[in-house]
Amino acid sequence: MCPRNSLPSATECKLLTAKLSAANLTLIRGERCLFEGLDFALDNGGLLLLEGRNGCGKTSLMRAIAGMLSLETGEIHWNGVPVLQQRQTFHGELVWLAHRTGLKWDLTMVENLKFERSLRRQSDRDPEEVYAKLGIERLKRLPLRSLSAGQQRRVALARMLLADVPLWLMDEPFTNLDREGRKLVMELVEDHLGADGMCVMAAHQDVEIDAPVTKIRMQ
Amino acid sequence: MTDAHKEQPSIFSGLAATARRDLLLAWKRPGDVLNPLFFFAMVCTLFPLAVGPSAEQLEFSGPGVLWVAALLATLLSLNSLFGSDFEDGSLDQLLVSPQPLPVLALGKTAAHWLTSGLPLVLVSPILAITYRMPMSVVGVMMLTLTLGTITLSLLGSIGAALTVGLHRGTALLSLLILPLAMPVLLLGANTVSLAAGNDVYTTGIWALGAYAIASLSLAPYATAAALRISNE
Repeated sequence: MCPRNSLPSATECKLLTAKLSAANLTLIRGERCLFEGLDFALDNGGLLLLEGRNGCGKTSLMRAIAGMLSLETGEIHWNGVPVLQQRQTFHGELVWLAHRTGLKWDLTMVENLKFERSLRRQSDRDPEEVYAKLGIERLKRLPLRSLSAGQQRRVALARMLLADVPLWLMDEPFTNLDREGRKLVMELVEDHLGADGMCVMAAHQDVEIDAPVTKIRMQ
Repeated sequence: MTDAHKEQPSIFSGLAATARRDLLLAWKRPGDVLNPLFFFAMVCTLFPLAVGPSAEQLEFSGPGVLWVAALLATLLSLNSLFGSDFEDGSLDQLLVSPQPLPVLALGKTAAHWLTSGLPLVLVSPILAITYRMPMSVVGVMMLTLTLGTITLSLLGSIGAALTVGLHRGTALLSLLILPLAMPVLLLGANTVSLAAGNDVYTTGIWALGAYAIASLSLAPYATAAALRISNE
């Protein structure tokens, strides 16, 4: 916040003290303004839900939160410090489930996850348990190429579960998943939020969850 | 949930993991590695057929042909450096990883050199013999090619990072890289020519080494910045 004479307002205080916060975000892509003057705050145990039709800028906002897009105005803060000033630290606190899974088709599931393990702090969860929970324990030795789209997404979810991070960024996590898969994702998110985690989710379907939800309706 | 005492993996593990993954991918998809190598071998074997087999002419043109072919083969292989990572989204995952991006870019470039530059260096003696190059000169040529291909891989990674989102960016990539690659070609080919003429050639080796070290220390940062820009 820039220095000023008057005291910060209540909303501004909330924005500054939250774990993940953003104030007055504006993003222009080409000649289109995707969002303008957007504020949000997210604290431990909370879910930030980005809603809106296709092409309304959900993924762009997600990329901006991950520090990959430069914004027209506004800043995103993590622990009160701008994300772009502490990119590496911030990236150590998040894992991103993108639309494209980011897994290598020619490598097996274990090889893919092993690569991730060398980059990011891992949780104490037993990998075998995670595979069993996601129903992918039989696919360990197969190259990703031979897996279905839904199975690949489950592998991407395994990567998310195995990382020891408080912030989950999930871009359309239900894509390609069957009914049980979608239910499983909701359970996983609930568990994560229950353990003081945070989640930013872009979805175009209704999400029912037993946790504090902040909704951003994008135009 | 987060244990603050637990530390992130070290940057060396990030460097090694990126290089290892790319080497593993190259092992599983050998076609990508062999393509530039075939190109190199083909240009070098076709050239004598076209200009005629006179010994004098071959000895004269050998260093130049080998070097131009090596340069073009390296340029040809650069497109795949970040291309497949961009398409399957793993580049995005690298961009949001807690590891420093220059280190990851260096890991990828190292794997690229091991799968494109090093095979060229190893194959070059066989091709050099067809140009009647004496063994003492072959050693010099391999040394210049080693230093040169390292530099080309590093410089090329900047161009590859800048053109990563573009379709058919190969021509643009070559245009971007060629001005930077010219000194490598001039120094490399002329050093070998000097060695073949029993002249003093060490200056060229030092200069190539200096260029390689300069690119090793600067190129990863430029590549990382370019990756961030082209992925906005």
